[in-house]
Amino acid sequence: MSRTEILGNIRRGLKRGEATQDQKQAVTNRINKHARNIVPQRAQLPHEQQIALFVEMATEAAAQIYQLESINDVPKTCANWLQDQQIDTLVTASDEEITSLDWSSATNLTCVQRVAEIGDAASLTTSFAGIAETGTLMLHSGATSPTTLNFLPDNHFVILKRSDIVGPYEDAWQKLRDKTKGDLPRTVNMITGPSRSADIEQTLQMGAHGPKDLVILLIND
Amino acid sequence: MQITSPAFKENARIALHDAGLQKALGNLKEGFPVKRSTAVARMPEFEQLRDEGTALKNHILENLDIYLEQFEANVIKNGGHVHWCRTPEDACKKILDICEEVDAKTVTKGKSMVSEEINLNDYLEKNGVEPIETDLGEYILQLRGDHPSHIIAPAIHLNLEDVSEIFHEKHKRPKSSDPKVLMQEAREMLREKFAGADVGITGANFLVAETGSTIIVTNEGNGDLTQTLPKTHIVVTSIEKVVPTLEDMTLFLRLLARSATGQEFTVYNTLSTGPRRAGDQDGPENFHVVLVDNGRSEMVGSEFQEMLRCIRCSACMNHCPVYGAIGGHSYGWVYPGPMGSVLTPKMIGIEEAGLLPNASTFCGKCESVCPVRIPLPKLMRHWREDEFSKHLSPKAVRWGIGGWAFFAKRPTLYRLLSISSNLFLRVMAGKKGHIKKIPLAGGWTDGRDMPAPRGKTFMSQYKSRKQR
Ligand code: SF4
Repeated sequence: MSRTEILGNIRRGLKRGEATQDQKQAVTNRINKHARNIVPQRAQLPHEQQIALFVEMATEAAAQIYQLESINDVPKTCANWLQDQQIDTLVTASDEEITSLDWSSATNLTCVQRVAEIGDAASLTTSFAGIAETGTLMLHSGATSPTTLNFLPDNHFVILKRSDIVGPYEDAWQKLRDKTKGDLPRTVNMITGPSRSADIEQTLQMGAHGPKDLVILLIND
Repeated sequence: MQITSPAFKENARIALHDAGLQKALGNLKEGFPVKRSTAVARMPEFEQLRDEGTALKNHILENLDIYLEQFEANVIKNGGHVHWCRTPEDACKKILDICEEVDAKTVTKGKSMVSEEINLNDYLEKNGVEPIETDLGEYILQLRGDHPSHIIAPAIHLNLEDVSEIFHEKHKRPKSSDPKVLMQEAREMLREKFAGADVGITGANFLVAETGSTIIVTNEGNGDLTQTLPKTHIVVTSIEKVVPTLEDMTLFLRLLARSATGQEFTVYNTLSTGPRRAGDQDGPENFHVVLVDNGRSEMVGSEFQEMLRCIRCSACMNHCPVYGAIGGHSYGWVYPGPMGSVLTPKMIGIEEAGLLPNASTFCGKCESVCPVRIPLPKLMRHWREDEFSKHLSPKAVRWGIGGWAFFAKRPTLYRLLSISSNLFLRVMAGKKGHIKKIPLAGGWTDGRDMPAPRGKTFMSQYKSRKQR
């Protein structure tokens, strides 16, 4: 059987039989520690500077950022942006943050909560962490946050609270472990800017298969 | 994919005279190396990250069986399946079995070099399952019946005109030479395919033992649609990709993006753990990891173990003067460039691929940019030794080296010979000090003159200095 042969080959190469309990325990201990490797200096900043770095790096990665005073400004901001693009439907996630928004001011916009479908022009989801180091959003799947919303629509709006911005990726992993008690959701997405490809003659083009525009709504909380 | 490695010399000769290819390779030289060095300059800790990455990979390899078993246990815990496959045939067969179980007609595919290695597309097609490549570069290649020539920029050997022509022919739309329009066309064509596929196959950049997760790193988002829309997600990957924790994966992600495309971070880094959970509205219902060995387990403990540190960033080929001159197809199999010259002989045999480790100037550039400090020139040298000891090198080489060894083992004779050839070469060179033609070495002097030796031989200088 392949499994036995592969493990056997590896052990022969390592000049030992099956690992001893001690060797296995050492590996388990190493895993359980979640020890960090070198964390770049750049990611270790006071929180205010982390926010500034997040904005700078996300902008460099071609994301658009709108800094909003309150989460209540989300509907209006989305509506204006979408009106400019002549888009009248927004598909949204159904987490508490989004369901509690009041869309009555966005009169020309229809909001629906569902998974994304082919042909959807725009979606809105919530990010549970922003990583300053590279301007990266972290989102994860769940009953109220279908993954297709992050990839199928042409334009993707993401709500991110300033308080959810961390310095390095390692802080985001910790946040995720705390939130999910160690059991990862099916999908964790780290997203840095909109989709792109340089496969045609090494020339960068935006909007390959994922969203062509990534709009981050940064909420002052 | 048909192996043409034995015809390396002929491949290279043709490549050097292929104007289109030479133009395309020009883009490579101006692109990746410049972007990499800019990104590296922005990360003061980069050299330390390389040291840590190297040490971590060594630690993993020393405990590879334990980490793989941990990974397996956690995939299963999360409701997924792990399939261990020794050979490419085992892996193809397993994947076909899974496809047949769900009665799959079409399969979408994210970019995966391991799937090229096991020749998966041919196998699926022969057995009535249609594979559809969704990475833009791979999609272009599939339309052309072509193969990747680079591990992260598969269509790097093509020019805009090539893409424009094949899209016009296959999409039956007006011909365009605007990359934006062409990309939009591919986007539209593939939209329906994503939704219609029964199975989605992706590769993996890393496997996380702690959580049983696999991660893919892409810029396009095709890998995400590939694994989210169909009912079944198959990850085809290889055993050396396992890492202990999310923190350890993070170290390699920091190295990978910068070494590969020179990006600060790749657009989509996606972690997949098991099938969709109760209550999830989308995502696959089945999650399979196909772990391919194909000779890797035998590299553990061998002189090639260090090659298993490779994170497939492509920096070595992007900086290689040989790759830059002849492109990836000349190497004649899936993995080109310096990393391919080490891996290919292992996977298809040194008898077939013996020319590859010889096609190196040993300039050392590859090793100097490798994020996990793989001594690629040293490993290529191992292959040369192996080839020599198996009597596979060409006669002229064997006689040459044999002749040299005869003299080298007899110092007095060696000295006499070097003094006399020194004199001979000087006489040949005459007043100009360089030689236009040397008998039996026409191949070398055709393109350049050979400078005549100056001064005394090394040994006579050594002697006279010792006396001082
Ligand atoms: S050998 Fe090193 S440089 Fe080459 S692809 Fe592998 S990790 Fe990258």
